[in-house]
Amino acid sequence: MNSAPKTILDIANLSVSVRGEDGEREVVSNLSLTLARGETLCIAGESGSGKSMTALAIMQLLPQPAARISSGKIRLGDTDLADLDERRMRRIRGDRIAMIFQEPMTSLNPVLSIGRQLTESIEAHTSLSPAEARQRAIEALKAVRISEAESRLIQFPHELSGGMRQRVMIAMALALEPDVLIADEPTTALDVTVQGEVLELLRDLQRQHGTSVILITHDMGVVAEMADRVIIMRHGRMVEEGKTPDIFARPQADYTRELLAAVPRIGSGVGRQKSRHVETATPASVALVKDLHVRFDLRGGVFGRVTRRVHAVEGVSFSVAPNETLALVGESGCGKSTTAKALAGLVPYSGDIIVGGRNLSGLGRDERKAVRRDVQMIFQDPFASLDPRMRVGDLVAEPLVIHGIASREERSQRVAALFERVGLSADQMELYPHEFSGGQRQRVCIARALALRPKLIIADESVSALDVSVQARVLDLLKELQREFGVAYLFISHDMAVVENISDRVAVMYLGQIVEMGTRDQVFSNPRHPYTRRLIEAVPVPDPARRRSRFARLDQEIPSATRRIGEAPLKLALQDVGNGHLVAADR
Amino acid sequence: MIAYLGRRLIQSLLILLGVSLITFALLYLLPADPVRQIAGRSATPQTVENIRQQLGLDQPFVVQYWHYLTRLVSGDLGRSYIQRSEVTELIVSRLPASLLLMVGAILCELLIGLSMGLIAAVKRGTATDQTLMVASFVGVSAPQFVVGLLLLYVFAVRLSWFPIGGYGTWRHLVLPSLTMGILGAGWYARMMRSSMIDVLRQDYVRTARAKGLARGAIIFRHALPNAILPVIAMIGIDIGIFMGGIVVVESVFGWPGIGQLAWQAIQRVDIPIIMGVTLVSAFAIVLGNLLADIIAPFIDPRIKLR
Repeated sequence: MNSAPKTILDIANLSVSVRGEDGEREVVSNLSLTLARGETLCIAGESGSGKSMTALAIMQLLPQPAARISSGKIRLGDTDLADLDERRMRRIRGDRIAMIFQEPMTSLNPVLSIGRQLTESIEAHTSLSPAEARQRAIEALKAVRISEAESRLIQFPHELSGGMRQRVMIAMALALEPDVLIADEPTTALDVTVQGEVLELLRDLQRQHGTSVILITHDMGVVAEMADRVIIMRHGRMVEEGKTPDIFARPQADYTRELLAAVPRIGSGVGRQKSRHVETATPASVALVKDLHVRFDLRGGVFGRVTRRVHAVEGVSFSVAPNETLALVGESGCGKSTTAKALAGLVPYSGDIIVGGRNLSGLGRDERKAVRRDVQMIFQDPFASLDPRMRVGDLVAEPLVIHGIASREERSQRVAALFERVGLSADQMELYPHEFSGGQRQRVCIARALALRPKLIIADESVSALDVSVQARVLDLLKELQREFGVAYLFISHDMAVVENISDRVAVMYLGQIVEMGTRDQVFSNPRHPYTRRLIEAVPVPDPARRRSRFARLDQEIPSATRRIGEAPLKLALQDVGNGHLVAADR
Repeated sequence: MIAYLGRRLIQSLLILLGVSLITFALLYLLPADPVRQIAGRSATPQTVENIRQQLGLDQPFVVQYWHYLTRLVSGDLGRSYIQRSEVTELIVSRLPASLLLMVGAILCELLIGLSMGLIAAVKRGTATDQTLMVASFVGVSAPQFVVGLLLLYVFAVRLSWFPIGGYGTWRHLVLPSLTMGILGAGWYARMMRSSMIDVLRQDYVRTARAKGLARGAIIFRHALPNAILPVIAMIGIDIGIFMGGIVVVESVFGWPGIGQLAWQAIQRVDIPIIMGVTLVSAFAIVLGNLLADIIAPFIDPRIKLR
C-alpha cells in the first residue's frame, strides 16, 4: 500500500432500515468507512450484525421492497450510489463493483451453461463481439485456475463441485476487472481445504489487478489470513476499526475481545478439553461399530438394474466409550454423516453396530427401538430440525411419548428440568421454535436428545450453523452435560478447530473410510496421514502474525465415491504406529 | 434414452390395459341395458335375447373382456351398436378435429396463462397483480358451458366476429379453443405466478442482478426457464382435463370431434364407442405425460432420463 492510499469507495453515515411487522428497524446504523485502492477490508461480525446488508446496500441490491437506505452516502469516485437510478446503477454493477456470494451451489443459474453466464455479463458491459466475449471468458476461467477452460464453457453448474463453482463466480466477478470486489462469506460453504485454495486465489488475483476487496466474514481465521484492515460490526453498528495486526493484538472494544476469545483455535482455546485418559476397552464401550458399510444403489437401463453404487461408508470400525467424545472429521461427501445415520438407524447398512452390548442387526423391531433409546441425535440446522407447528415443550417431551415413558404430569416435570438444565427457563416450554434464536433452538434440540437419558449422543455438525460466541457456549454446555451424565458423544464436524477443542479421540474420514484415528493429541500433534495433515494445515489461523505464505494446492478434485458395479474401492489397512494411533498405510 | 423410452413404453401399455379393464368393468356394471337401447321399446323379449346373444353380451364378464382384449391387440375396437360401423373408423374420422381443438386450446391457455402469471409475479403486490389473480380465479371457477355460451353470445351473436358453430376455417377454431383455454389459463396463471415468485427469490437471480444485467434478460433468460419447469409437467396432466372438456365444448360449438361422438354414445349406451374414446383419451394422456417428461431435460440440464 502507498503511504497516501487513494480512496476508491467512501461510505458516510450509512443507515439501512427494514420494514417489518412491528414497524421500521435499523439494521445498519450510521456506518462510515473508506476503502483504498488495492486494499482488503474485512467486515467481520456475527449474524444480524448488518455486514451483509452493508454489502447489499453498496450494490443497491437490498431486498425489495422491505429494505431501503434511510440515510447516508455511498461514494464510488465521484458518484453517489445511494441516489443513482436503477438504470445507471446497472452499469456500475458487475462492471465497477462486482460481488460474489456465500452459496456457490445456488448462486449460479442451473439451466444456463457456464459459458453463457460468463459471456452475458461481459456482453452487458462491453461492446465486444460474441467471439471476443468468449475469449475473455476463457481467459477469466484460466485466471481462476480452472483446467480445460474451453471445454468448461459448455458445462452446467451441477457438473462442477462447490469449489469449482465458487471459482466460476470469482471469474465472472473479475472478468471485467472491477474497481471493487465485494465477497460475502465467499468460503463459508466450502470445505476447509477448498477454502484455503479459494482464499489464496482471491489474494493472488487482487495482487495482480490491484482490485479493492471488501470481504465479509464471520470467521476470524479468514480475517487474519486476508485483511489489511478490519471493521468489527455488531447490531448494525461499527464496534471497532483498525489495522488487522492491531485488532488481533490490542482489541479495544469489549465485544472484539469476547469475539476473539470465543474463536476456537487448534492447540489453545478457552474451553479446550483437557487431555484425559478414557478407557476404550471394548466391553465397556457404549457403541461399537465393526466393518460398517453403507452403499446406495443407482439404477439404470430398461429394467432398472443396479449399474452404479455410491460407496458412502466402506468398512468403518470404531468404538465409543462412556463419557468420551469421539470426533469424526472429514470433508463433505466423506461419509461421516452417513456413518452417524447408520448408527442412529436411519439408513440401511451392513456390518455390526453394537449398542450397550447388543447387536442391532440381530434384533426385532421392538427390541431395536428399545436399544435406540440409548442413541440420540442432534442435527446441524436448528431451524429445520424443530417442527415449526409444535411447542418446544412438546418437542422435548416427544421422545418420552414415543417410548411410552412417564405419565403426562411426570413428563412435563422432566421437560421443565431439562429446560433448566440446558439453560432455558421452564416457562419457555409453551413457546414455538420461531420465537427462539439459533443458539436457543440448538439448546432445545439438546434437551430433546437428553430426554431419554441416552448413553450416546450423535452431534452431527451441531454447532456449525451457530455464531462463534454462541457456539462456544453450546460447546461448554455439551461438556458440562458430559461431566454430569457421563454421556458419550460422537461429534461429527468439518471444523478442525472445534474438533481439537472438544474431542478426546479423533477419527479422520476420507472417501468412506477412516484414514487416521487416535487420541486428540496423537492426531493433532503428530498427524501421520497426508490427508490429515492437509486438513489441519488448511484451517485459517486467527493470528495475522502467522499468515501462511502459500497453501499447498491440490489441483485435482476429490474423487467420487460413486463407482460402477464390480469396481469396489480398495480397502485401506490401518496400522498401529504406537499407543493405538491408527494410520492407513499409503497405497 | 432408448432404455428409458423402452421402459416408459412398457409402463404405458400396462396403464392402458388397466384403463381398459376398469372402463369395461364399469360399463358392465352399468344398470342401463344397451340391448334395450338397440332393440327399441316395442321389441319382444325374444328379439332382445337374440340381439344379446348376437353381441355376445350374455356371456360372463371375463369372457367378454377377453374377446374385447384379443381384438384390441389387432387394432380392432369393435363395431358400434347403433351406428353400424367400425369404431376405429368413427374415431379416426373425428380425431383430427379434436386434436386441432386441443392444440388451439393448449396455445390459448399457455399464452394467456403464462403471460398473466409472469406479469403478476413481476408486479407482485400491485393492483395489476391483484386484478390478474381475480381474473384467473374467475377463469378457474367458471363452468365451461357458461363460458362457451357467453363467448358465443358476445363474439358470435352480438359482434359477429366469429361463426356461431361448425368446423372448417381458423375462425371456427377461435371460440372453442378460447373456451377450453380459459379454464387452464386460470390454473397456469396461478402456478406460473407462484413458481416465478419463488424463482425470483433465488440466489442466481440475485447474481444476475449483481452482474448488472438488464431486467428483461433477468426475467426471460434467468427466471423464466426455471419457473416454467413445473408448468411443463402440468401440461401432461392437463390433457386429461381436456378430454373431459371436449365433451362439453364440442357439443356447445357443434365441433365434429370425438367429444361429440362420446356424448352421443353415452346417451345411447353404445359401449364399443365409449370404450374406444376412453382408450384413445387414456393414450393421449399417457403420451402427453411422456412428451412433458422428454421435454424437461432440454430446459433443465440437471434432469436426466433414466
